[in-house]
Amino acid sequence: MSAAHWRRAMNTGLAATSAAARQLPLPRAVATTAPAATPDPYADSDAPRWLKFLWRHLSARHVFVLAFVLLYPFVATPFFTFQIAGQALALGLIAASLTFLGGYGGMVSLAQMTVAGIAGYMLAILGTSGAAGQAASLGWPWWVAIPFALVIATIAATLIGWLSVRTEGIYTIMITLAIGVAFYYLALQNYSVFNGFQGFQRVYPPVVFGINWRDPVPFYFLALACSLAGYLLVKWVVRAPFGIALQGIRDNPRRMHALGYNVTAHRVAAYALAGLLAGVGGILLIWYNGLITPNSVNTGWLINVLVVAVLGGMRHPIGAFIGAIVFVLLQTFAIDVIDRERFNLVIGVVFLAIVLFSPDGLLGLWAKLRSRFGPQAALTSQPRRQA
Amino acid sequence: MTRSVRNRWLFWLLVGGPIAVFSIWAMVDNLRLYLLTLLNGLTLASLYFIVASGFTLVFGLMRNVNLAHGSLYLLGGYIGFTIAEKTGWWLLAMAGGFLAAAIAGLLIQVLILRHMQGQDMRQTMVTIGLSIVIADVLLWIFTAQVHQMEAPEWLQGPIRDIPIIRAYSAYRLSLLAFGIAIGVFLWWLLNRTKVGTMIRAGVDDRGMLAAAGVNVNLVFAVTFMLGAGLAGIGGVIGAVELSMVPGEDTRLLLASLVVVIVGGMGSVVGAAIGAVILGLAETYGLAYAPTYSVVFTFVILVLVLAFRPRGIMGKAA
Repeated sequence: MSAAHWRRAMNTGLAATSAAARQLPLPRAVATTAPAATPDPYADSDAPRWLKFLWRHLSARHVFVLAFVLLYPFVATPFFTFQIAGQALALGLIAASLTFLGGYGGMVSLAQMTVAGIAGYMLAILGTSGAAGQAASLGWPWWVAIPFALVIATIAATLIGWLSVRTEGIYTIMITLAIGVAFYYLALQNYSVFNGFQGFQRVYPPVVFGINWRDPVPFYFLALACSLAGYLLVKWVVRAPFGIALQGIRDNPRRMHALGYNVTAHRVAAYALAGLLAGVGGILLIWYNGLITPNSVNTGWLINVLVVAVLGGMRHPIGAFIGAIVFVLLQTFAIDVIDRERFNLVIGVVFLAIVLFSPDGLLGLWAKLRSRFGPQAALTSQPRRQA
Repeated sequence: MTRSVRNRWLFWLLVGGPIAVFSIWAMVDNLRLYLLTLLNGLTLASLYFIVASGFTLVFGLMRNVNLAHGSLYLLGGYIGFTIAEKTGWWLLAMAGGFLAAAIAGLLIQVLILRHMQGQDMRQTMVTIGLSIVIADVLLWIFTAQVHQMEAPEWLQGPIRDIPIIRAYSAYRLSLLAFGIAIGVFLWWLLNRTKVGTMIRAGVDDRGMLAAAGVNVNLVFAVTFMLGAGLAGIGGVIGAVELSMVPGEDTRLLLASLVVVIVGGMGSVVGAAIGAVILGLAETYGLAYAPTYSVVFTFVILVLVLAFRPRGIMGKAA
């Protein structure tokens, strides 16, 4: 293209925009200030900003899912409300913290269940429980114990992060696994603080506003509120400058370092945030189980969190919840198909199949189907493959 | 220069000082217990070394964290146990354990891992899935009861008349010799044979090795077999020393991980150093502070990662 061509192209473009600009001040029925590039159908309404934001980002499937989860407990049996949905939401929140860390931060930590377990243990130790042994709960009221448990879990997650970000990629998984298993053995062998093998029994949610939060429906809504808040927090953070920087670090830490970002600080902060989410999930899980023992944080559970996250797909936070639902359903109904003892075999084979044939999990399968049968939407964040 | 020297002094003072103080106190307090714990620690370390050296070999060459390593250990142990029960030959059991784990490792490498070369994370996840499946199949076949293997007759019973300690299990003492023998064998294999040269070259630069005309896939398969087989031998040894129950796979996997992280990934010498450190820390912890013994392991991990993020013998990748 010659210079003349360029100039002509520029001029016509300029002319077009200036023509549009000249049209603007013309008297019109409604004075719109909407940008010409993307017509915004809601811009001219008087609605507050947040409502407009909602209108712009809500689609039919969001409304459908929201209506479904709100109506679900009134349709389903208490068993389905509590055992299936409640557990899946608690587990999903922990897995979502891993999805945030692994999918957006590129750090696959196996210690998320450990962080959740630390929150649960702290709640049991600081709050009330029916422990019988050397260790006794301190019996703090719930509104003191819960914040302390969350803070301690977040601090623990930060320390784990600080340790493991010193190494990269594949090393992270080893170090976090080592930390997680070490915590399991600590909880198992230590009787003075963690009450050893027995752990803590009868750790129940408090009765607040006259509602027993361990009843199926209240617990479901509690778990739903926490999970929804966690999910939206992750969605918001990954669009915020911090999240964008984190994804940049995931894709190319050296370049981000060269651009002046503090790579280590971003990573540790990601661990801390994920730790907070996992801590909330851990508290939900201990309330769901009613007890915490070293077996709640054994290797099996450390890996199960990864299984849940991978099952759903690590590229989007909703994957964690989808994975959790599938996991809990498998766990509950594998008993009908085969022996209950063989649940691990089933979950292992399903996990292997997913990793071997669809590395992006069920969401990846869904995306594949969509791209084959319909127009593709940029639904998931695409991490670049590193050589 | 002077600063680094001073830093090193500070480091040794910080780490060595408490250990020296503790050693002197423990020796004065109860010399026999101290020496017994030392021997126990070293024999445990030789088991850790045997298992972890396989792990580190595989990792060093293929950048593949084989999280099914613990399951291969358990597999070798169970197969060895079965053979020993049927034939009564301990050496045969050892060979069987080695072969079973090696073949399983070869299958994993050839059938699955080879098809996803270079995708570290995916390979690791596959090994996680495999470890779940293998552990559950073994639980299915061998049930959850404790399998305790007996030491061969010529190693049963204690050796008496040792000064101070008085008597010590012959089998455990033989473990020390066994660990050293495997260490020497690995050293010989890696430094004095052609295969070893290829493996070392592969650890340093995979691409260059392939470019030099070596069949890298074959080297990978041999190394994976060797690494898995070492886990299997470890399993047979551990079946006598520690007994076999479901869950031991996790314990040995943790030990391998810590040994390899502390010692430096991909270095056999590092695995030996890491194994000695971990073995001693664990046994001394169990002897002197039972409920916090894991904390020592953890402290070691933290210290090493803080001062040498790539392990004691680790090199930059």
